[in-house]
Amino acid sequence: MKQLAALQQQGRRSNSFRSNSSPLDATVDGAIKSPATIFWLFLHGLCCLISLVLGFRFSRLVFFLLFSASPSPSTTTIYSALRTTLPAISSPQERNVSADGAGSRVVVGRHGILIRPWPHPDPAEVMKAHRIIERVQAEQRSQYGVKNPRTVVAITPTYVRTFQTLHLTGVMHSLMNVRYDLVWIVVEAGGTTNETASLIAKSGLKTIHIGVEGKMPLLWEDRHKFESRMRLHALRIVRDKKLDGIVMFADDSNMHSLELFDEIQNVKWIGTVSVGILAHSGGSEEGDLLMRETHADEKDEKKSQIPVQGPACNASGNLAGWHTFDTQPFVERSAIYIGDRAVVLPRKLEWAGFVLNSRLVWEDVEGNPVWVKDLVEIGKDGEDIESPLSLLTDTSVVEPLGSCGRKVLLWWLRVEARADSKFPARLLELLSFSTTISETSLLLYIWIIDPPLDITVPAKRTPWPDAPPELPAYVEKVTTIPENTEKRPAKSGSKRKRSSRSKRKHNVKVLDIRASTKQAGDN
Amino acid sequence: MEFSMWGCLLLALFTASIGVEGIDRRGARTERISGSAGDVLDDNPVGKLKVYVYELPSKYNKKILHKDPRCLTHMFAAEIFMHQFLLTSAVRTLNPNEADWFYTPVYSTCDLAPNGLPLPFKSPRMMRSAIQLISARWPYWNRTEGADHFFLVPHDFGACFHYQEEKAIKRGILPLLQRSTLVQTFGQQNHVCLNDGSITIPPYAPPEKIMSHLIPPDTPRSIFVYFRGLFYDVNNDPEGGYYARGARASMWENFKNNPLFDISTDHPTTYYEDMQRAVFCLCPLGWAPWSPRLVEAVIFGCIPVIIADDIVLPFADAIPWEEIGVFVAEKDVPYLDTILTSIPVDVILRKQRLLANPSMKQAMLFPQPAQSGDAFHQILNGLARKLPHDKRIYLKPGEKVLNWTAGPVGDHKPW
Repeated sequence: MKQLAALQQQGRRSNSFRSNSSPLDATVDGAIKSPATIFWLFLHGLCCLISLVLGFRFSRLVFFLLFSASPSPSTTTIYSALRTTLPAISSPQERNVSADGAGSRVVVGRHGILIRPWPHPDPAEVMKAHRIIERVQAEQRSQYGVKNPRTVVAITPTYVRTFQTLHLTGVMHSLMNVRYDLVWIVVEAGGTTNETASLIAKSGLKTIHIGVEGKMPLLWEDRHKFESRMRLHALRIVRDKKLDGIVMFADDSNMHSLELFDEIQNVKWIGTVSVGILAHSGGSEEGDLLMRETHADEKDEKKSQIPVQGPACNASGNLAGWHTFDTQPFVERSAIYIGDRAVVLPRKLEWAGFVLNSRLVWEDVEGNPVWVKDLVEIGKDGEDIESPLSLLTDTSVVEPLGSCGRKVLLWWLRVEARADSKFPARLLELLSFSTTISETSLLLYIWIIDPPLDITVPAKRTPWPDAPPELPAYVEKVTTIPENTEKRPAKSGSKRKRSSRSKRKHNVKVLDIRASTKQAGDN
Repeated sequence: MEFSMWGCLLLALFTASIGVEGIDRRGARTERISGSAGDVLDDNPVGKLKVYVYELPSKYNKKILHKDPRCLTHMFAAEIFMHQFLLTSAVRTLNPNEADWFYTPVYSTCDLAPNGLPLPFKSPRMMRSAIQLISARWPYWNRTEGADHFFLVPHDFGACFHYQEEKAIKRGILPLLQRSTLVQTFGQQNHVCLNDGSITIPPYAPPEKIMSHLIPPDTPRSIFVYFRGLFYDVNNDPEGGYYARGARASMWENFKNNPLFDISTDHPTTYYEDMQRAVFCLCPLGWAPWSPRLVEAVIFGCIPVIIADDIVLPFADAIPWEEIGVFVAEKDVPYLDTILTSIPVDVILRKQRLLANPSMKQAMLFPQPAQSGDAFHQILNGLARKLPHDKRIYLKPGEKVLNWTAGPVGDHKPW
């Protein structure tokens, strides 16, 4: 009886789909009140109350318990949340109406929810799907993307210093992900070194590693000039080797978006992109950077939150002028030497914002436009070439890229450690070993503190503030220590970029605290 | 019936069709489905048929629309736009004696509940009343008892006029419409609510809204499978198992943790944009097997994965859906990831080329004003393919085939 009532319950529920239609529904269906209906209604109410009390759908449970003895064959491999077909004995009230008498296999009614035994992703299939997606994207690129992609020639000036690995690895990984043919010209100040060579060898790209005589200067002014010289030197290499393609300047501390490489394929002779300037890289004291955009005709000046250097277009989409970085707010506070904690300012127009067709620097090419100067005439007297615009006699021919400079495709950044900071050298013996073993890098970085520290002082701020400090036995000494160690963080903060020798570790051994109080007393 | 013979012949022709590659204006590689009968989607129906539009009193159409203008934007709006199209179309004739087809403009799906869903309870009476009117005022209905008339019935189960499948099956197609051609969105093989010779059309999707959400075609497709919608209809079927015959619930339970499947019940504002970034779009059945998702998937170039047993898709005699979409049986839903990843890549690329064909996309839309090759023209093409009418449909005077007293008693009440 209960199962019939449960069936009735299910049947009734299917009637109540749209409650606002019930009066009309009644007239259409012609339902007649009878003692039988009242009885079923009463049973329905009783079952509802029982469900309410028990807290679950006991009709389903009843079915499951009563009919679990006769499993259908399809449930052996697939777990069904509910039985797929109701058994035949309860057919009078059943709602399993066939859609058509003549052999339709689609059955209207309650079906089971088929769940496979292990409803989790299969890694092999995920890989297959990723390969499908890659292929689809390659097809999209060939259809809608650049038709005849040209080789990209990336010029990177670098030199061996603390953050060289950090910066150069970033540029390297960006270039490794570029989908076009690439030639990477790495120009190194002070001659080529094994350090840099071992780093760029990991890229697997076609690289040209050249050196420029002379150590990288200490002052930012001079460094900018030196880097321009290095880039000109690289352009001479492009000219000598007749490298064909698009020349772009990938400074090693800049960040490049992969869209940049798609966008520069559109350049005809010389183009310019918008460069975001991240100038507040030194310390945390600088607040928001404001930049005044100055148009070529100086019509209006707006303050913008995001400093961007790049082309400015007029209404018809032609180049009207340049947005540059306004150095006015920072003139006093700018960084002078490398490693200075002040704001490092970019120049008026950075080299990184320009891309050239390599044919511009070739010698004696007929198809070249008239407004380009010959490369040998520039920079031969050692004058400072601020940007590739010096290659042109007429700057209005520059093509604005990235929807007229509205898209920022790369970010300029200069972050350097102090020039005298120490950093781990690569273990060169393992370099030759690793080239025989394909990709696995066996180059280790070992920070060796030599001689080992014999005195340690607890730091004021531990990296894990939630961990309660272990109280030493000598409680009275503890109170004096914090005052003395207050001086330490300030000092060690200013020497943050110094060698690791000044690194202090917090050590809770009793002996050391004694020793540290002595040390504090001495200082 | 000769009409089904025509349909079978055309179907056979198109299963043996070959794809021809071509480059369209934008340079995208597209493929055209062509068979020996020519490119059916590009057929121009003008000149092939003549349609006479009955002038019914405005209580059957204009007044209803005036009462609730929401009818113009919901997915059943095709009936209204078809009327508007036919009034100004070149196939319209004002002389009923030379007409091949007769159209009765009754907006049977425009009685909306407060939540926007159409209530079909008065539709049978409305239809019956309209037919009584045209059979009394014009002689053309009695001539063939409606065999050369066509009606648009875009509701859930077509001319069965109910949203609930069991009730719809019990009612069956309105007896008075048994001989007419029904143009409907519902299509399922061997189903009571689908007559032989019916024309299945896509549901209405607003073309301007769709076109305003297009993104550049070089945006890489990075989502493998995409779906947004209900898995459990908690109001009407909280346990699951009834709604979508348990297929949607099965989809959720099996693939909610799968990184390849971007499925959820969200209503994002970037729904159309996301579809353009997906390779496969799931189009499972709901309470009825058809849904506007198919239209959206075709327009956005996302391969439709159709999970609805025995479904008859729009314009099935003109569009080779097997070659464009992926069909998955409802019992195979737990293995959907295996099925989709084992499709060879060149098959996937071919499907995408077929979907990129602009005539394919145009055939799914009801643009205002009508453009060549759109869904209106495909309906007319379908009607034209059924010509010339078999001589047997013309009844001898006094001969009656339809039973005017059949059907539930409630239907006989005047509207």
